[in-house]
Amino acid sequence: MSTDTPSAGDGDSMTEAELQARIEELEETVADLEADDEQKKMTIVATQGSFDMAYPPLILASTAAAFGWDVVVFHTFWGLDILHEEKSENLQLSAVGNPNMPMPNALAALPGMDRMATRMMEKRIDDNGTATIDELIELSLDQGVELQACQMTIELMDYDEDDFYDDVTVGVGAATALQHMAESDIQLLV
Amino acid sequence: MSEAFDIAETLDVKGASCPMPVVKTKQAIDDLAEGSVLEVIATDSGSMSDIEGWAEGTNGVALLEQVDEGDVYKHYVEKTD
Repeated sequence: MSTDTPSAGDGDSMTEAELQARIEELEETVADLEADDEQKKMTIVATQGSFDMAYPPLILASTAAAFGWDVVVFHTFWGLDILHEEKSENLQLSAVGNPNMPMPNALAALPGMDRMATRMMEKRIDDNGTATIDELIELSLDQGVELQACQMTIELMDYDEDDFYDDVTVGVGAATALQHMAESDIQLLV
Repeated sequence: MSEAFDIAETLDVKGASCPMPVVKTKQAIDDLAEGSVLEVIATDSGSMSDIEGWAEGTNGVALLEQVDEGDVYKHYVEKTD
């Protein structure tokens, strides 16, 4: 007998109660799917630890949280420094090889130039009313953003788990990040 | 214009830039009761587009009105169900 065309007999063999149960089961599945659709998910992978590159993931993460989205930021390699309490205070803007800097590379390479460029940027940020990195981290955590610190990088950089801001998630790796990415509506690599 | 609403609370984010007006608005709305209206006063010109986009993409809020007063931007957001 062919299986792809349901025969009249198959329909009759299901009792009304069975049909009712099947309908309820399907309704539940649809409700679950709709609930899943309602809350958007975003995963950002933050790989950079320079002063300027710390901003985009944190601004997007805190804003997405304000939308009520489920947000994960996976920090790996230099991106880990953003979550490092001590290092995040001293992130530097690189003057060398930065085409946005109004100085030639030969000058930018002089000692103290990175620090000077960073100070200039910090002043601009302050004048503009832009939040500090510290504020954005706190805002993100307050709003339930999951800031993850790549375990492999923690060990590679010889950091201690206590070096990070409270509420930073440690003990996670690439598989965890991929799992979130697979479930996410938006995935960004910064 | 704004007198049409019964404003429950005013949030002053003058001087703050992206993403603060949106994030602070969200936090202030969370503390309000359903049906209450929040007035947001910002100087960030991007807040006109940002708060509109945020309200559109967020459940439980409705943007009632936005007023461009030249030097300040006023937003009226209602907390819905």
